[in-house]
Amino acid sequence: MQPVNVCDFCLSPLEVSYDYKTLAKALSREKLAQGPLTMWRYRDMLPVEGKEVDIGAGFTPLVKADNLGRELGLDRLYIKNDCLNPTYSFKDRPVSVAVTKAREFGFGTVACASTGNLAASVAAHAAKANMKAYVFVPSNVEPGKLVGTAIYDPVLVKVDGSYDDVNRLCNRLAERYNWGFININLRPYYAEGSKTLGYEVAEQLGWRAPDCVVAPAASGLLFTRIWKGLDEFSMLGLIEPVNTHMYLAQAAGSSPIVNAFQAGSLHVHPVEPDTIAKSIAIGNPADGYYALMVARQSGGGACAVTDEEAVAGMKLLAQTEGIFAEAVGGVVVGALRKLAASGSIKRNQLTVAFITGAGPKTQEIVADVVRPVTIQPTLESFEEVLSVPA
Amino acid sequence: MAKRQVMFTFPAELIKEPIIYNLGHKFKVVTNIRRADVTENRGWVVLELEGEEADIEQGIAWVTNKGVRVDPVIGDIVEG
Repeated sequence: MQPVNVCDFCLSPLEVSYDYKTLAKALSREKLAQGPLTMWRYRDMLPVEGKEVDIGAGFTPLVKADNLGRELGLDRLYIKNDCLNPTYSFKDRPVSVAVTKAREFGFGTVACASTGNLAASVAAHAAKANMKAYVFVPSNVEPGKLVGTAIYDPVLVKVDGSYDDVNRLCNRLAERYNWGFININLRPYYAEGSKTLGYEVAEQLGWRAPDCVVAPAASGLLFTRIWKGLDEFSMLGLIEPVNTHMYLAQAAGSSPIVNAFQAGSLHVHPVEPDTIAKSIAIGNPADGYYALMVARQSGGGACAVTDEEAVAGMKLLAQTEGIFAEAVGGVVVGALRKLAASGSIKRNQLTVAFITGAGPKTQEIVADVVRPVTIQPTLESFEEVLSVPA
Repeated sequence: MAKRQVMFTFPAELIKEPIIYNLGHKFKVVTNIRRADVTENRGWVVLELEGEEADIEQGIAWVTNKGVRVDPVIGDIVEG
């Protein structure tokens, strides 16, 4: 294996392939269940050879969301709460694999371009691996995400330019420097880490695939890898054949994949992102075509949610299930609401919604919820202002 | 000599324009198309550009100025 990400001939993205026949003989539910309570319990299905760079990512809770389900009219709704990873987003899964591969390939430095979550995860894993990290962020990244990255002491580079300027710069840097660039030359390996989300959900449901999945789509990679995880479990004989309907959710201000789905097109036309859900503000998604195909071929769909609907979704998730997600979580809940209301997802279908990043990093989005009642430090004042019966 | 792998995305009004032909003639840049999908109202072309750094940069600036979107071949690098 080499640190390359596109085919020399057609310049298409490269994928890791596996010998599934041999894997099927070596794996069983019992063996997997004995593994560590992290994503590395699935090490045999990940493209690594050396010791993993592990900060404890994965095996996050899958919770039955009865309160949210009641609000939305879904009786069998589950939330995969991937906010509870070490750096508070699902990015710890792919980055753990990518940094492990970077060390195997002999890189001393890893790098990435990110609006926050990926940056924090790369910096944290580099710290654990004793590697140098260069992290490039656009100038409009939220302050909370900068702190959440800088604490791991990477070289944090804020690029004073547009989103496209950052893209172009990082493409040039990747050509010039011998770094393990997480989402460029390490991308095929990075991608594989996300499929552990599919594995975990199937195992946590008692070795079965859900009827429906609702997951966010930015580059489209996570969405396709959840599907790949379920599909691989089926190929390896660990679960029954997969009939999951895959629904992807995007912010209306950055929805190139939804646009293509609704237009019946195979071409994902780039857009200029404009949304508060910066974690999924990807205008030209690298895996957009593949995400589109998964949504179509699985009998699923694609749904866009406005910023207002996303904020309402954040609040609803917090106030029904006690989960404070970032705006992307609000997009997923907003999409779930629309899909349930339209009948696309039926009341009795076992549905898993993926919440992929935590809210406290971007709490300014919902700062309007802070409306404290002010009282004097006396019992009389409390009872006068709040009228609470004793 | 440098090489750059890029994706050109064409708006409808430029579909019939010989942009890539002109790029190769106006600048000292060799254009090598690897993949493409062009319909009557939109299209994209994945290609490799080869030449001196300055020529490639000037060529890309000219193409962008004509109204073609130019991206890294792997799509957006910035992620969430």
